[in-house]
Amino acid sequence: MNKQGNTYTLFYMALLILVVGVILAWVSLTLKPAQNDNISIDKMQQILKSVHVTAEKENTIDMYNQYITDSYIIDINGEKKEGKAFDVNVAAEIKKAPEERLLPVFECQIDNSKKYILPIYGAGLWGPIWGYVSIADDGKTVYGAYFSHQGETPGLGAEIATDHFSKQFDGKELIKDGEFKSISVLKQGQKPTNGEDYVDAISGGTITSKGVQSMLSSCLSCYQNFLSKIQEN
Amino acid sequence: MLSKKNKSVLFNPLSKNNPIIVQVLGICSALAVTAKLEPAIVMGISVIAVTAFSNVIISLIRNTIPTSVRIIVQLVVVASLVIIVDQILKAYNYEVSKQLSVFIGLIITNCILMGRLEAFALANKPWPSFLDGVGNGLGYAIILVIVATIRELLGSGTLLGYQIIPNSFYEMGYQNNGLMILPPMALITVACIIWVHRSKNKDLQEKN
Repeated sequence: MNKQGNTYTLFYMALLILVVGVILAWVSLTLKPAQNDNISIDKMQQILKSVHVTAEKENTIDMYNQYITDSYIIDINGEKKEGKAFDVNVAAEIKKAPEERLLPVFECQIDNSKKYILPIYGAGLWGPIWGYVSIADDGKTVYGAYFSHQGETPGLGAEIATDHFSKQFDGKELIKDGEFKSISVLKQGQKPTNGEDYVDAISGGTITSKGVQSMLSSCLSCYQNFLSKIQEN
Repeated sequence: MLSKKNKSVLFNPLSKNNPIIVQVLGICSALAVTAKLEPAIVMGISVIAVTAFSNVIISLIRNTIPTSVRIIVQLVVVASLVIIVDQILKAYNYEVSKQLSVFIGLIITNCILMGRLEAFALANKPWPSFLDGVGNGLGYAIILVIVATIRELLGSGTLLGYQIIPNSFYEMGYQNNGLMILPPMALITVACIIWVHRSKNKDLQEKN
């Protein structure tokens, strides 16, 4: 048989691709359940970190069920909507107009009081950044924050994922004199212009720090009505 | 099993014919994943697995591959193996898979792989090809581990996430060298290793 002819080459490639395709499809199907478990465990760990709870991989689900007492979806007016909050893809919701967004809320019982955990999502320098902010039951004070990123520069922008950075948010107030102000991320020594609370930015990670600031104000502003309802209660 | 020839196939790439410090292949990923020790080890193991098995597969089908499309066939085999490694990591070691993110995918472009397939697997039987793959993967992994050890120790004061440099050092004013975390220091560390290696192995030095 002529192994260098066109017919042989074409059939050879077709067969090769068929075999490889079948193998890859099989691998993907068999490993999918384990991968999905990992992704949701990772998400649970991130949510728990925003209330200062660090869970090991083995006990994440137990701890999540222990601390997170309720979760639901709201709209921009703070009205509850149908659906499962855990399955909302925040990255996709951010692209919609604020009125149409599904806004997940996770309620957490810790330190003898209720905390509200809100997901945020935005853009850093190289790729997406995201996080979770927990609000105390007064509806304006930040209880804790967690940030993560896909590929910010190690040692610079990537520092937003460290405790050192996220700890600064504890105790800051999102709402001043009944007005939603968010929290600014400013270069050390600068003062905010609108009297809002602020934290120190990462030196050398200016664009990522700005990304955190705009992610906070754009995502959390959608929760304004929800937060004022908590304050009234 | 391990004849004299096979032994040299397996052990030569560790030093005298090391893919990174002698052939200078696969440098990009060596720079990218060596800021911490753990991802470097996983990357090393992944590359060993991919070089070994792609060598074996190509060697098994070497007599059937049409010459005109041999590079494409090699790429298809390598790419599928890399996807399998990536999927396995995502399923069983999600933390590390998150850290390595795109670099696992970039094993496909690692020159060591194509180099070994072209230079060895296409002309040799499966068993020597397997050893050649393992040897070259190991040679790559060793350098990665050395570079990552130096960078993590000096850059973060830890190894595998455990603190090595005692707190009393920091109290006396010692600071982690932030520059070690950045990619340029990987290049300089590799260069220093090449320097030491060449001064120990005089036969590797070029004569002008």
